[in-house]
Amino acid sequence: MNMLEISGVHTHYGHVHALKGVDLVVRSGEIVTLIGANGAGKSTLMMTLFGVPHLSSGRIVFEGEDISGLKAHQISRRGIALVPEGRRIFPRMTVLENLQMGAAMSPAAHFGPDLERMFALFPVLEERLLQRAGTLSGGEQQMLAIARALMARPKLLLLDEPSLGLAPLYIRRVFDIIGELNRDHGMTILLVEQNAHHALRVAHRGLVLQQGKVVLEGNGQELLANPAVRAAYLEADQ
Amino acid sequence: MASIIQQLINGLTLGSIYGLIAIGYTMVYGIIGMINFAHGDIYMVSAFIAVTCFTLLAAAGISSVPLALLIVLAVTVAFTSVFGWSVERTAYRPLRGSTRLAPLISSIGMSIFLQNMVQVTQGARVKSIPPIITGGIDLFTRDGFNVHLAYSQIIIVMVTVALMAVFTWLITQTSFGRQQRACEQDRTMAMLLGIDVDRTISLTFMIGAALAAVAGVLVTVYYGVIDFYIGFGAGIKAFTAAVLGGIGSLPGAMLGGLVIGLIEAFWAAYLSAEYKDVATFSILILVLMFRPNGLLGRPEVEKV
Ligand SMILES: Nc1ncnc2c1ncn2[C@@H]1O[C@H](COP(=O)(O)OP(=O)(O)O)[C@@H](O)[C@H]1O
Ligand SMILES: [Mg+2]
Repeated sequence: MNMLEISGVHTHYGHVHALKGVDLVVRSGEIVTLIGANGAGKSTLMMTLFGVPHLSSGRIVFEGEDISGLKAHQISRRGIALVPEGRRIFPRMTVLENLQMGAAMSPAAHFGPDLERMFALFPVLEERLLQRAGTLSGGEQQMLAIARALMARPKLLLLDEPSLGLAPLYIRRVFDIIGELNRDHGMTILLVEQNAHHALRVAHRGLVLQQGKVVLEGNGQELLANPAVRAAYLEADQ
Repeated sequence: MASIIQQLINGLTLGSIYGLIAIGYTMVYGIIGMINFAHGDIYMVSAFIAVTCFTLLAAAGISSVPLALLIVLAVTVAFTSVFGWSVERTAYRPLRGSTRLAPLISSIGMSIFLQNMVQVTQGARVKSIPPIITGGIDLFTRDGFNVHLAYSQIIIVMVTVALMAVFTWLITQTSFGRQQRACEQDRTMAMLLGIDVDRTISLTFMIGAALAAVAGVLVTVYYGVIDFYIGFGAGIKAFTAAVLGGIGSLPGAMLGGLVIGLIEAFWAAYLSAEYKDVATFSILILVLMFRPNGLLGRPEVEKV
């Protein structure tokens, strides 16, 4: 079943035409990755899903409902959570408060058990629970941003370059967790990455975004083997 | 010595009132980054609601002072919050997302509108009510100076302290307070977590107005005389208090209020009663020049 259907989506920032007719489908239970260079429009697509900025034309359907006219908080409450580019944790709140913000719209009864699950997944958060989030290291902040998103028990998890700027150890950890969430909890994930190597390995399917358009689509293995993809997104990693 | 203690008492009383109003400036600035110039006039409107309410209660023959005070507080807070909500809804929300200057100018317009509204409906002359809380305690007399602590002053400080405690709890401990702070730190991210940011902003305006309303009731009790122009003076002083404490900082607003109240009391007693407003304006200018982040504010760079 299709969880998310994006069809013919155009997005503008003033005169900048950032998305030029993007089509993308995410089915229930799969990991889809969107790779593309800096400025291709990956973050714009993620934010357009929430209506900030608003799409200028096209349709976004989530679980059979057209959500393109809704406000960001309503879309979030439908069961979509984002780990945004740059993490955007609340720096002057404690780790605990950040997690409480993630669970702001969830029933109170979920909080205790969900917190325990996050501690199991990210032990460092338990150690730092009452520390101001702004004082965490970059890797720890990324863990917090992921945990905060998971606290909402989303049906669809969006991750925008979660490995950006992280030490190799943390990069491994992030992709392990993405795989784990999908495998063990059946979570549907849309992953945006420049780090094509890791992303394509963990994903079931991948798409390549270039200057606001999807130019290639295939399963992870196909894209990894594709010479154009290798040239554009993998050479630098080797 | 005796006179100094007297000015301390007077300054703390004034400072309580400024502090209550200052919170409204600082909260609104914190969440949407604008100075709400109409906030002083919201306070003025609340004083008129309070006077009307006291007068009606007296006409209805309610003579118990604590009961009258509670009723007036409840009614004034309720009506003034609705005013605060309407001002945001009509004058600021439609401008959200436009330039930074637009809502600022709109708030100046709203300030003029509120003053004129009260002038037209209530008249331009001062309104007064008979003293509601009379009497006090003569603490001691030295060198012919009698230190007097009025009951109204005790009530003002006690109500303010209690309210600040409740308010601090609300902001630091409750889920609404967390959402409010989240919107302050990163409004877009708060939306993405399902927070209805417009609603949070509306509530912020209502809380600011409610605190100003309590100040309005207390001032009515303290002075017994108001006019449509009191919002300007009190507004500037409370705004100075917020800037002095560090605009955006809640403890800063409380501290700033106290400092401004004390300075005004001492200035009026020892330097010049006519030019006491000069003190406030000088502080505003000095703070803006030499310490724009105030006493407890944080540097602007952190703002996203
Ligand atoms: N807030 C903005 N205002 C104007 N242009 C923007 C804004 N955000 C992104 N863009 C432009 O939109 C295009 C896509 O950017 P973005 O979605 O951030 O790409 P990516 O996430 O793939 O690096 C770029 O050309 C970028 O300059
Ligand atoms: Mg990006």
